[in-house]
Amino acid sequence: MSWPRLQAIDCDIHPSVPSMRALLPYLDDHWRETVEARGIASLESISYPRHAPLTARPDWRNESGQAATDLVAVRTQLLDHFGVRLAVCNCLYGVQLVFDAYMARAFARAVNDWIAREWLDPEPRLRASIVVPLQDPEFAVEEIERCAPDRRFVQVLVLAMGELPLGRRAYWPVYAAAARHGLPIGIHAGSSYRHPVTSVGWPTTYAEDYASQAQGFQAQLTSLITEGVFRQFPDLKVVLLESGVTWLPAYLWRLGKFWRGLRFEVPWVDRPPHEIVRDQVRLTIQPLDAPADAGVVSRIVEHLRSDAMLLFATDYPHWQFEGDAVLPDGLPADLIEKIAVANPLETYPRLRETA
Amino acid sequence: MMALELRERPVEQTAAAEIIDCDIHPKVRSLEDLRPWLSNRWWDHLQTYGLRSRHGFAKGSPYPKAAPMACRRDAWPASGGEPGSDLELMCEQLLDAYGITLGVLNPLSTGQGDQNAEFSAAMCFATNEWQKAAWTEREPRLRASVLVSYEDGEASRAEIERRAGDPDFAQVLLLSRTAEPLGQKRYWPIYEAATEAGLPVGIHVFGYSGWARSGGWASYYIEEMTEHAASAQAVVASLVFEGVFERFPALKVVLIEAGFGWLAALGWRLDKVWARMRDEVPHVPRPPSAYLSEQLWVTTQPMEEPKIRAHLLDVIEWIGPDRIMFATDYPHWDFDDPGHALALPDKALKRRIMFENARAVYGRG
Repeated sequence: MSWPRLQAIDCDIHPSVPSMRALLPYLDDHWRETVEARGIASLESISYPRHAPLTARPDWRNESGQAATDLVAVRTQLLDHFGVRLAVCNCLYGVQLVFDAYMARAFARAVNDWIAREWLDPEPRLRASIVVPLQDPEFAVEEIERCAPDRRFVQVLVLAMGELPLGRRAYWPVYAAAARHGLPIGIHAGSSYRHPVTSVGWPTTYAEDYASQAQGFQAQLTSLITEGVFRQFPDLKVVLLESGVTWLPAYLWRLGKFWRGLRFEVPWVDRPPHEIVRDQVRLTIQPLDAPADAGVVSRIVEHLRSDAMLLFATDYPHWQFEGDAVLPDGLPADLIEKIAVANPLETYPRLRETA
Repeated sequence: MMALELRERPVEQTAAAEIIDCDIHPKVRSLEDLRPWLSNRWWDHLQTYGLRSRHGFAKGSPYPKAAPMACRRDAWPASGGEPGSDLELMCEQLLDAYGITLGVLNPLSTGQGDQNAEFSAAMCFATNEWQKAAWTEREPRLRASVLVSYEDGEASRAEIERRAGDPDFAQVLLLSRTAEPLGQKRYWPIYEAATEAGLPVGIHVFGYSGWARSGGWASYYIEEMTEHAASAQAVVASLVFEGVFERFPALKVVLIEAGFGWLAALGWRLDKVWARMRDEVPHVPRPPSAYLSEQLWVTTQPMEEPKIRAHLLDVIEWIGPDRIMFATDYPHWDFDDPGHALALPDKALKRRIMFENARAVYGRG
């Protein structure tokens, strides 16, 4: 498969904030002073330790070991190399980890303005997600309202593990704002570390932390379904970014079985979970947790029982694949076409305006 | 309440001539049943302070169950007491009804995992004695589990050593939601003692870690039930990456009541993570799925039920047909009926899951 010919839409790339200094111009005087006076060196998260192998592919790192910190690198390594038509920037700076909601608001604004000025302005192939200070849902709504008029923002970005499960009513105004503006909610791997990443406490290794992100996605999906978010917002799409994907079928079998047995507890969930998910949930395809076996991959994809759910993504610069092997072997050609363009366009209304 | 139409369904009398049920829940009629094996100090403690799990409710569970005591409504003994407390009714509804060859007892809610680990050790000891006196010595088809106060590794070791060689005990029993991930070193005395005693370590879902589910506290019981699979996934990742399987190659781990559909995808995920971060876990020389295919077993209930049956067969093939063992979860509400739950066309495969795999895991020598 020739990637340049396909002109794919990459739904998950990660421009990286190179240092706190990069954000200073986008903070107001108070917060700029605060950064200096209190010595806030960085908000980098342990979800992607800078030098961990997963965090950036070796050939995509610069001399200092960082990746995706400048537009030239993103153009040459990703956009031009893979012939990407459009790419959605999901900035993973640790805004969601901040405990002070006012500070989180200030940094969410700074990150979004930095993305708009330094990435979206010079590069017409880039789009971005709105980083929101979910620490205070009211602030999150404000940030959506502030950024939404810029049509290059195509999604609202939250993490797979936060303070409260995402289905809780406290967050519904955020979903109302997103739905109002035609913005899907993108849930990306990562944690605010308000709780351990597992339900059995803090693990020892980064390997466990990263593996556990799949459990975070399961929890959020359960919460969104059982609390009734999808019913309340029938036009809302939720995109699971960097979820691993292959846990989904068995998860839905399990939740579906319990739904049949326990729906009296959540009577507002009036459809089987797998139907809700097929209509309103999408998943980016890197990483796809599967063996390097085309036969197995094709059967896993059949277990999804939908050709509309998968979205093309490189997860650049995270090290998920080697060379040009962006997609695993075993995907049917017509599905690849859908994954590359049609599904992203169907998921993100704002991409249809320019694609 | 909703009106339910109840239909008689014929029990499928096919290849499952022999059945091992890996998850039966016997119940004390009241905690008074344990008194013969509790010191005055711990009996008084129980009377004064009660059971204190790592959650706030003095009685019952944080998420109200689907039914009283999470049990089948037909399983309440006419003689009084709670479901699972009457051997005769258990024989009538389960062992005789389905011709169960062997059943493994997993007692819950008698103080295992209590905040006070020393008290928990006393309660586990008493529960183990009670399992013999009230169940295994009266019914030869039943085997007991060695309950241990798992937050205290050395106390657990002592209890396992006490039961080593007693043929009434089939396994060591832990609960899945522990204070820290089960691979961590504080729990290693359990694995060491279990392998020395030749006992598998069964990890039954539930228990209260005190921690929220990944990403925050759930609102509903349906969420808690669904999440048991995720907790089990964290447990498996911990056992692998801490090097427990590598350090104890004879260790057999059985995940009970976590379902099994998710296990293949977890193995693939752990393999990828391991390949990328090998430098972080040099004490794990083999891909995670290699350990899982040799040292981990899963029980069926609550059996995943995909709309397309072939998908379940795919998963069984990926996990390995020797990894899966049948369980009913009697007398709980989500009981899987041995006559219907495993409608596999392949009779040899069905026999492996219903009987042979468990015989290999729990059989001695």
